[in-house]
Amino acid sequence: MSATAAIDVAGGLRAAPPVVETVGVSKRFGANQALKEVSISIPAGESRALVGRNGAGKSTLVAAITGLIVPDAGTIRLAGAPAPAYTDRAAWRARVACVYQRSTMIPTLTVAENLFLNDQPIRGGRIDWPALQRQAERALADWGLNVDVTLDAAELGVEQRQIVEIARALLKGTRFIILDEPTAQLEGREVARLFERIRRLQESGVTFLYISHHLEEIYEVCRSVTVMRDGRIVAEAPLSEMPKDRLVAAMVGDHAQDLSRRRVRANVTRKDVAPCLDVRNLKVGEIVRDVSFSVAPGECIGIAGLVGSGKEDIADAIAGLIKPEGGTVTVGGEPLPGGRVAETRERGVGYVPRDRHRLGLIPQLGVGENLTMTIVDRFGSAGFISPAARSRTAERLIKSLEVVVSSQDQPIGELSGGNQQKAIMGRALASDPKLLVLVHPTQGVDIASKESLFAIVEKSRGEGTAVLIVSDDLDELVACDRVLVVFKGEIVQSFGSDWGEKEVVAAIEGVGNRE
Amino acid sequence: MSDTVVQTDLSVSAKRSRSAALRSLRELSLVPAIVIAIIIGSFVSDAFLSKDNILNILQQSSELAVLVLAQSMILIVGKFDLSLESTVGLAPMTAAWLMMTETAFGGSGWGVNVYICIAVVFLVGLLVGIVNGFLVVRMRLNAFIVTLAMLILLRGTTLGITNGKTLFDLPEPFLYLGSGRWFGAPVSIWIAGILFLIFGLLLRYHKWGRALYAIGGNADAARVAGIRVERVTWSVYIIGSVLAALAGLMLTGRIASVVSSQGQNMIFYVFAAAVIGGIGRIGGRGRLLGALTGVLLLGFLQNVLTLAEVAAFWIDAVYGAIILVALILARITGGNKQED
Repeated sequence: MSATAAIDVAGGLRAAPPVVETVGVSKRFGANQALKEVSISIPAGESRALVGRNGAGKSTLVAAITGLIVPDAGTIRLAGAPAPAYTDRAAWRARVACVYQRSTMIPTLTVAENLFLNDQPIRGGRIDWPALQRQAERALADWGLNVDVTLDAAELGVEQRQIVEIARALLKGTRFIILDEPTAQLEGREVARLFERIRRLQESGVTFLYISHHLEEIYEVCRSVTVMRDGRIVAEAPLSEMPKDRLVAAMVGDHAQDLSRRRVRANVTRKDVAPCLDVRNLKVGEIVRDVSFSVAPGECIGIAGLVGSGKEDIADAIAGLIKPEGGTVTVGGEPLPGGRVAETRERGVGYVPRDRHRLGLIPQLGVGENLTMTIVDRFGSAGFISPAARSRTAERLIKSLEVVVSSQDQPIGELSGGNQQKAIMGRALASDPKLLVLVHPTQGVDIASKESLFAIVEKSRGEGTAVLIVSDDLDELVACDRVLVVFKGEIVQSFGSDWGEKEVVAAIEGVGNRE
Repeated sequence: MSDTVVQTDLSVSAKRSRSAALRSLRELSLVPAIVIAIIIGSFVSDAFLSKDNILNILQQSSELAVLVLAQSMILIVGKFDLSLESTVGLAPMTAAWLMMTETAFGGSGWGVNVYICIAVVFLVGLLVGIVNGFLVVRMRLNAFIVTLAMLILLRGTTLGITNGKTLFDLPEPFLYLGSGRWFGAPVSIWIAGILFLIFGLLLRYHKWGRALYAIGGNADAARVAGIRVERVTWSVYIIGSVLAALAGLMLTGRIASVVSSQGQNMIFYVFAAAVIGGIGRIGGRGRLLGALTGVLLLGFLQNVLTLAEVAAFWIDAVYGAIILVALILARITGGNKQED
């Protein structure tokens, strides 16, 4: 806070002022006090992690320090100077930039054009296209970033898009960059590369504010951490003084229950029982060839693998979204129809797709309708739906899953990420499945919601439901009795209940695999 | 969860349930505008509130209402159909052409049975719907461009069949839907009303109707949830075109002839009514009741303007301006947002 001023007075030390300094910033949205007198100061060159559960106020704070919302009270200083006028977006962007999970580039323009949008090099009154491309290439190369600038932004993968967005900020002279869950959609190797780049940029004087649900990560790339809860900053310390359990305790608050892992892997794999799911010689699309495995009732199996390894295609084929080219899938002894979602569900398969925004939610419809949309045939005959029957079932599901809603008619798009995911899980459970197929079931939800989602899974397992979790996030695989690792469309390794994180990660990354 | 969190959640919930109540009122956000139109109408002319005039307004609105019903469902599913207005012309024109014995007046000379010809009207609608559905759903072409091309193609066909002639002297059964009366009111009013009721109930209480909202809201998620997205979307196109053919038959009955320009420019009023009635252009939103209020508002306005003896050449401009005002009013009173 006043430390920088002191240093300035002391002179000599050429320390730059903090990249951002807020004092008593508050913001209220209707009844919701999103920020309560938040004072944060990030010294130049110090990479800071910002953590907190969903709804803790992280996004609001980011919006405030990037000038996207006007606080009700408090002051913001950027790089030692008072914040620019709110109408002067260019001035804000020159001081602070945020790389969001969603692209903020124009998908139909090339990378080069995106980098120089509205700031193209001009010669003779016209845009100098060759110069534009040269400058874009040079800018990326200067920062050690390697991306083809002639690609359309829409063609970029998540990793490359983030790189370009970072480069765009650097080009504008910004030396303070906020990364909003940058690794959420990246796979292991890409994450490592991103961290490497972050470190390099840190060395050349760029300051990062790093938002993540992955606590492990922040220890790798950040020096200090700020914890938010209920719109307040509740803890702030160097990470060296902040072990993980204290961090979690600060995020969760008085409910500092022991979040130690559920390593209770039931280990009750019933060999004597007929398998619930049996997959034989499954062949899907170009990638998956000859995959076989089975899951017993009450058993939980993990399928891990890189993006593009084919693990999601296996899940989609079982759920009836893709018609397999070959092989058989049986659930409870009955073969599945293949490529038919509704019929597959009737045979007892519940499915939680990977990306709830894209594949799960119908955002403008009510929570109740979203929960029950797969079982409408139960609420009447000839396709007619009895509203009373529907709302009774919806009410029961909302209660049992503890989804926080104002009413079941509240559009699901208004809920927090964790509650949305609970509802999608509820939709899968609504049809009383024998088999649950969960793809990245806790992506982008806060820790507390994660815990309750896993509690729901455990409960269904206890009732004899077989569970298949498809993920490369070890946090999501913790409860699995076995983990099968898929590499280039084949199961390359299979781990029993004593699986360890290191060996699974090594297998996922293709270390020691054939080929 | 800590106490503070719970409290925040509760206060947010309370606010949201109020907004839920507001949402259900939105469908009626045009009612004030309709009331104003009626009040002005009653000042403009004593005849305005007479039973005959009201029935006249409703009958003249009935074809538009059926088209708006069709377009609303297509918009809810997240698509578009501009060609509806051309089907209004083509379907009855084809049938009337088959029926006419006099080639000199533009007929085919075949004299096909009138009841078969009524079936032909719907068959043409069915066919157009199948083609539209095929191009948009199966070939995945852009709905706007496809149906714009179809609009031009079908209008051209209507002109081509009879070399631009108007077919009249049509038999009574062919005109019945637009000229007959049930219980003292024109048949077309009953038909429009019954259709709105049926489809309104289907959209609210049938899984097919709910599927339209799900697809319009998020087609990918609807597919994952087991909804046959392609089949349902295709069915909506087919139903839309069949309804457009029906509207054409009703219109033919009312004016006792088929003009080659029949239905021309109606699509603008169809969109105006649907959109001011709260059917969002991005899909998944709005109710038929809202769309119906949109139709009624346009119908009353047109009548008021006619009774007020607005100069004929200015009537369209005034009409357009009033639609804009209605949009603004709906936005202010109901928070009804027309997304761009």
